[in-house]
Parts: sequence; structure tokens; C-alpha cells
Amino acid sequence: MLRYLLHKLALIIPTVFGISLAAFAFVRLLPGDPILALAGERGVSPERYAQLIEQFGYNRPYVIQYLEYIGRVLTGDFGISIATKRPVFGEFQALFPATLELATIALIIAVLIGIPAGIFAAVKRGSWFDQATMGVALTGYSMPIFWWGLLLIIFFSGYLGWTPVSGRIGLQYFFRPTTGFMLIDSLISGKSGAFRSAASHLILPAIVLATIPLAVIARQTRSAMLEVLGEDYVRTARAKGLAPRRVIGLHAFRNALIPVVTTIGLQVGTLMAGAILTETIFSWPGIGKWMIDAIGKRDYVVVQSGLLIIALIVMAVNLIVDVLYAVINPRIRAQ
Amino acid sequence: MKKKLTFAAALLAASVLGGMANAKQLVYCSEASPAGFDPSPWSGGNDFDASARTIYSRLVEFEHGKTTISPGLAESWTVSDDGLEYTFKLRPGVKFQTTDYFTPTRDLNADDVIFSFERQWKKENPWFSYLEGTGWEYFTGMGFPDLLKEIVKVDDLTVKFVLNKPEVAFLPDLGMDFSSIVSKEYAEQLDKAGTRQQFTQKPIGTGPYQFVDYQVDAVIRYAAWDGYYGGRQKIDDLIFAITPDPAVRAQKLKAGECDIMSYPAPADIAGLQADTNLKVDEQEGLNIGYLAYNTTQPPFDKVEVRKALNMAVNKKAIIDAVYQGAGQVAINPIPPTMWSYNKDIKDDPYDPEAAKKMLAEAGVKDLSMKIWAMPVSRPYNPNAQRVAELIQADYAAVGVKAEIVSYEWTEYRTRGKAKDRDGAFQLGWTGDNGDPDNFLFLLGCDAIGQSNYAIWCNKEFEDLLKKGKATTDVAERTKIYEEAQVVFKREAPWLTIAHSKVFMPMNKKVVGFVMDPLGIHRFDGVDVTE
Repeated sequence: MLRYLLHKLALIIPTVFGISLAAFAFVRLLPGDPILALAGERGVSPERYAQLIEQFGYNRPYVIQYLEYIGRVLTGDFGISIATKRPVFGEFQALFPATLELATIALIIAVLIGIPAGIFAAVKRGSWFDQATMGVALTGYSMPIFWWGLLLIIFFSGYLGWTPVSGRIGLQYFFRPTTGFMLIDSLISGKSGAFRSAASHLILPAIVLATIPLAVIARQTRSAMLEVLGEDYVRTARAKGLAPRRVIGLHAFRNALIPVVTTIGLQVGTLMAGAILTETIFSWPGIGKWMIDAIGKRDYVVVQSGLLIIALIVMAVNLIVDVLYAVINPRIRAQ
Repeated sequence: MKKKLTFAAALLAASVLGGMANAKQLVYCSEASPAGFDPSPWSGGNDFDASARTIYSRLVEFEHGKTTISPGLAESWTVSDDGLEYTFKLRPGVKFQTTDYFTPTRDLNADDVIFSFERQWKKENPWFSYLEGTGWEYFTGMGFPDLLKEIVKVDDLTVKFVLNKPEVAFLPDLGMDFSSIVSKEYAEQLDKAGTRQQFTQKPIGTGPYQFVDYQVDAVIRYAAWDGYYGGRQKIDDLIFAITPDPAVRAQKLKAGECDIMSYPAPADIAGLQADTNLKVDEQEGLNIGYLAYNTTQPPFDKVEVRKALNMAVNKKAIIDAVYQGAGQVAINPIPPTMWSYNKDIKDDPYDPEAAKKMLAEAGVKDLSMKIWAMPVSRPYNPNAQRVAELIQADYAAVGVKAEIVSYEWTEYRTRGKAKDRDGAFQLGWTGDNGDPDNFLFLLGCDAIGQSNYAIWCNKEFEDLLKKGKATTDVAERTKIYEEAQVVFKREAPWLTIAHSKVFMPMNKKVVGFVMDPLGIHRFDGVDVTE
């Protein structure tokens, strides 16, 4: 098991360098530059532009810039934002809990609904339930997040008035964050109604963010279950007279779980990508909105370091999934 | 004694809690997060709303809803005959805000004024580079490093600005956000503690509201500053709920989650106007949307060609289709609400037949050109792509073939400045300080390579511009700028497209909010009724 873990970790090192290089190059390949973005419509004289480029060091060869950047990152210094002049890691730390909270709730919704829906669709293959579930899943998968979010706001917040429009908690609740997780902080605050307000603010963004992963998990569960349900050992289990619930739950589902767990792990990337749009619509102060703002301002430091930090997190989650995978399936460890 | 103290504490707690229960709150749905709370390093309107206009004050202030100047931290001033010395008498007893992170030991004085400008000006000032990479772009952009010769403390409450050359817009410039006055004493406290960064994160000013808390990208909280020299505000708690999407801002306003919002999407305005709980204020924007020809490239170097192309465009149709009526046809390069606007100038008529004839007479045949469309929406031009399409169709009617081009926003402006740029370039401008020069400078010879996208340098116009800047008498300046507009119209370096309207939707319970022609959002003097 340790060897397996070391092998996986060894793979991460070149990946990190690859990603840091890709992020560094990506932001510089974008048209425009941070100096002009900072100057705004008033513009900047060529002399002043040259001065600022020199000051930020963007006139030096890319190789030097990259080596300096990666050198700083290795010492834990992710740089200072060009736009806000605040340390990038500090900004990330302040905003990440909001994204993590939203993504966690979204993932819980996706798993709790997606897996049972996939199992039932597989068991009742060809039934109206199967067709309806897969139809809804396909629609969910293809739904533009921005449009979907706005539609839910207009209907549930605007028309029915059931949920708040945006934000993390009602503005009447003011307390300084302890953990950064609003559900927890609202409980700690001891203010009556705060937790309820925080939870109600989470409903719509979590549904929007969960939509695509839910669709993917439901479809993956269904196809994995269908494959397993056709296996000989399942037929044997049935022939032995085991209760259908036991056959599905113990014999079929456990074996179908491996690709489903992998899919759930991969959804972390989808959640991060989805968070960008979801957070923008719901004014959710997380890292998705932060990255969008930084790209708009060509804030090289935030984009390259932000992407790297996000990639590190996604890799860490995938590593955990790989380990879980090995726990579930001993054959993988042996390989 | 102990009993007395306990009773006093209980009384205080009861009054605070009672006050909290009755606290008046105003929630403003703002469009973006501020980069910081120092009013001078940044240049975005949302940065100024969150810092300069709430927390700070200036020597002079723009009157509410106007572009004229009134006394601010300076209660009076004198200008020397040669226009080179401005001496300001400071208002006595102005208090800097007291918070849990700073307690001032003295009132505002000349040292604070000098510090506020020198930190943006003098490289040897340790605060010049307290934020990595700060360029003090507004201070530099307004030409202050060249303009200022020295700032002298005459006495504690008198400060003198000595200029290198006369500058008629100097007073309005001092009313701009970057000229906000900060506390030198607070800076010194942070210097000692080695926490300079806090200057922009935990601000201290003399303005109507004091900073309470900022949850990054989410909420900014302010409280009325009891010691404000203009009197305590009626709103106790001012909250900025940062909501980047305009459609979501509109929904929040309708749902009562905010009381007032900035920049509604044109498509949402009718719905907001129809809501019985809301009112939508509107104002002519102090802006211009234009199409700049490259006057150095043939055939656009010929006046008659530029005039003919101007006459080919149906501007009224653009106002109806793109601005959805929320705008007016622009005739001059300055908006009609600006002083010195020349009402006698007639616009080039929409006359495709005459345009066709003029092009033929100028020897222009089978002209192919580019129309540049901005990739972003701006108050002065909500949809440049659509405007380009309409102009393209109008040009086609007079035999001119146009191709629409667009680039990423900063790239767009960089390419637009190229001396050999092909075709006509859409852009616009929103005024900074209400002075006509703040619009006409866009066409000055010095602005080529910066903001003069017509690459137009006309001696007659340039001389008038310089004369206007060196004249202090407003009546005389008005005449000069009226004449400059005549030259502009005759030479036609731009197709002036539109001045747009700006809308401000709010709950009917909000009273006293005055729309600002400079596009700033001020909450001093605002109240909410129950």
C-alpha cells in the first residue's frame, strides 16, 4: 500500500510543474496585459507603460520570470495580486471555505440523489422511470449553468419568494467568520435564525452546482449497475434465492461502486469549473468568482497561482480517490 | 461606586441595544468588489464608491448632483492673479474617524493635506510604494506630477499649492476621488507597528461613514460617523451587497434584499419601472459614445469623406435599437448638460444620397473599411457590436463595404492607438470632473497614442484647447470651448453617436438620493422612511 502511495505521489511532482508552466503560459497567451487593464479607459502614456512594465518585471525573458515564480512558490510564496496588492494565498484562504462549503453540499446532493436514481434506473431498465431519469439527467448535463441559475432565482426567489436571491447569509446577521464555513459560523454565533438563513442561502446555488455532477453520477451508476447486473455471479445470487434487495445492494452495487467512486472523484474538477459561473450568478464570495475577476483584470499573479493551488487541491482529492479505490479493490494494490 | 458603574453599563448596553433595534439600514447592491479602501491608488468607479465617497472627504466637494464645486475640508480659498498659487483655509475641528483600530489624538491639519498628495507624488516618500506596483494612475493621469511645484504648510490650518503652470481645472481636480484627504497620524501609527498594508484594508477618513467590516467579494459594512463635519447621517448602517450580475441585482431589489442598485441592464428597466414598490431615477449621462476615424490614413484624411460617412449613418435608428430610447443623438463631443455646450451647432443630416454624391466627388470608389466594435458594454455604448452592424448596413447603402472587427478589451484599445489603424474605431468617455476640457482633451495633439483615437491634431483646435486651459474667467472659457466645438464639427474627426441616460432603481422608501452626473454613488444625505 505504501509503495502504491509513493508511486502515485511521484506522479504528482511532474504534474505540478507541468501545471505551473501551463498556468504561467496560459495567462500570458491571453491578449491584453495587466498594466493596460489597471490603467483603464483613461489609458497610459508609452513612457509610463514602459516604467510600469519594468517595475513589475514583465519585460524580462519568460524563462527568468517563470524560474523566479516557481522559486517563490517552492518557498510557499504565491505572490501579491497586481490588482488588489494583497497576498494571493491570503485571498485564497479567505475565499476557499465558501467554495468548499458550496461544493461539498452540491456533491452531497449529487451523490444522495444521483446514486439511488442510477440504481433504480438500472434495475427498472426500460421503464418510464428509467427513461424519465435519463432524460432529466441528459437535460441537466446540457443545461447552461448561467441560464439555469437565473431561471431558479426568478422562479423560487422572485416569483415564489421561497429562497433568498443571492449572498451567503441575511445581511441582518453580522459576525466575524471563525471557520469561514457559514453553516458552522452561524451556529457558533449563537444568533437565532442565523443558521436557517445560511442554509436557505445555500439551497439554490448548491442545486445549480450539483446539477451536472448529479447527471453524470446518475448515468455512470446506471451503466455500471447494468454491466454488473448481467454478470454470472449476480445471476447465481438470484438463483440461490437471495432477496432482490440483497442481490442489488450487496452483490451488484458494491461491484459497480468502483467506476462510480472514480466518477465522483472526477466531479471535483467539474465542481471547481461550475463554481466559477455559479458563484458569479449567486454573488457567492468564493474562488470561482475570484478567478473570473482576475482573468478579466489580467492579474497574472492571481491567475497563475490560483490555478496552481486549485490544481493541487484537485490532485490531492484524486489521490485520496485513488487510495480509496485501492481500499475497495485489492487487485489495484497488487498491480 | 461599583453599583453606579454597573447601572451606567446597563444603561449604555440598553441604549446600544435599543439603538441597534431601531438602527436605520440602507443596503446598496453594488456591481463589483473594491480593490482596496485607499481612495487614491485605484481607478474604478466601484473603488471610489466604496472608499472616497463614503469614508473620505476632500478639500473641495462637487455639489450634490452637480459638477460645480463647493467648500469641503477647505472652508475657503484664494487664487493668485497669475493662477499659480492656491491657498486653502482648512475647516477647524474636523475629526478623523475613531474606530477599534485607531483613535486620533488631533484634528485634521495641513500636514494631512500635504501627506495625502506627497505620498502619490514624491518617490522618496516612504508611502509612495507602500503597495507593491502602485502607480497612482489617476494622480499621474491628471498630470499632477508635472503640474505641482510644491505644497506648503503656511500654518496648521492653511495650506498653499504652488503650480508650475496655470490649470483652470485644478479646483475640480481637487474634488476628484484621488484627491481625498487621508490621516498622516494613522499612517505614522501603522509605520511604527510595521503594518502599512492596513492603510488600505482598515481605512480612516473624515467622511460621512466609517468603515466597519469587509467580507471579501461579499459585503462591506459602514456605520454613520458621529463626528462628521457635515453632521451625522440619518442612515446608521450602510451596507454594500456586492452583486456582479445586473439581472441578479434587479431580482434582489424586487425581493427587498437591497434598497438601491447600480447599473441595471437595459432589458430590466421596464420591469423595474413597472414594480409598484420601486422608483427608477434617471439622468442624462455625462458621457459620449463615438466612432473615431483615423484621420492620418487615406481616404479618412479628407474632411469631405469623413463628413460623407457621418451623413450616411442613421443615428436615430441606433438610439432606438441599441440604447432602447435611453439616450440621445450626440452632436458635439461634450454632452448637453455640460457648461459651454454649443447649442447652435447643427448635426450633419442623415442623407445617404448626398453622402453618396460627396464620396464620389471626393474620388472615393468601392471603399472597403473596418468598423471596430468594443467587446464590452459601457454606459455610453451598451452594445458596440450591434451599433457596428447598423453602421455597416448604413455604409452599404452608400456603397461602402465595412468589416466589423473586435478584440479583447485591453488589446482592442492598444490596437486602436496604432498610427496606421485601418478604419473607424468605436469608443466613448465618461467625465471625471465636469470640466469641458476633461472631454475635449481626448482630441488634443498630446493625447495621440493615449486617448486620441482619431489621431487628429488640428492647430486651430489645439490652440483653443490651450487657451481654454490658461483662462480662468468662465464666460471667456465658454466662448473658447464653443468655438472649439465649431472647429470639431467642421473637421469631423469623429462620428458623435450618443449620450446615454443612466438609471438608478431604488425602493420607494429611499429618500434623498441624488444621481450624480459624474457617475459616483453618494450616500450622504440619504434616508429611508418606514
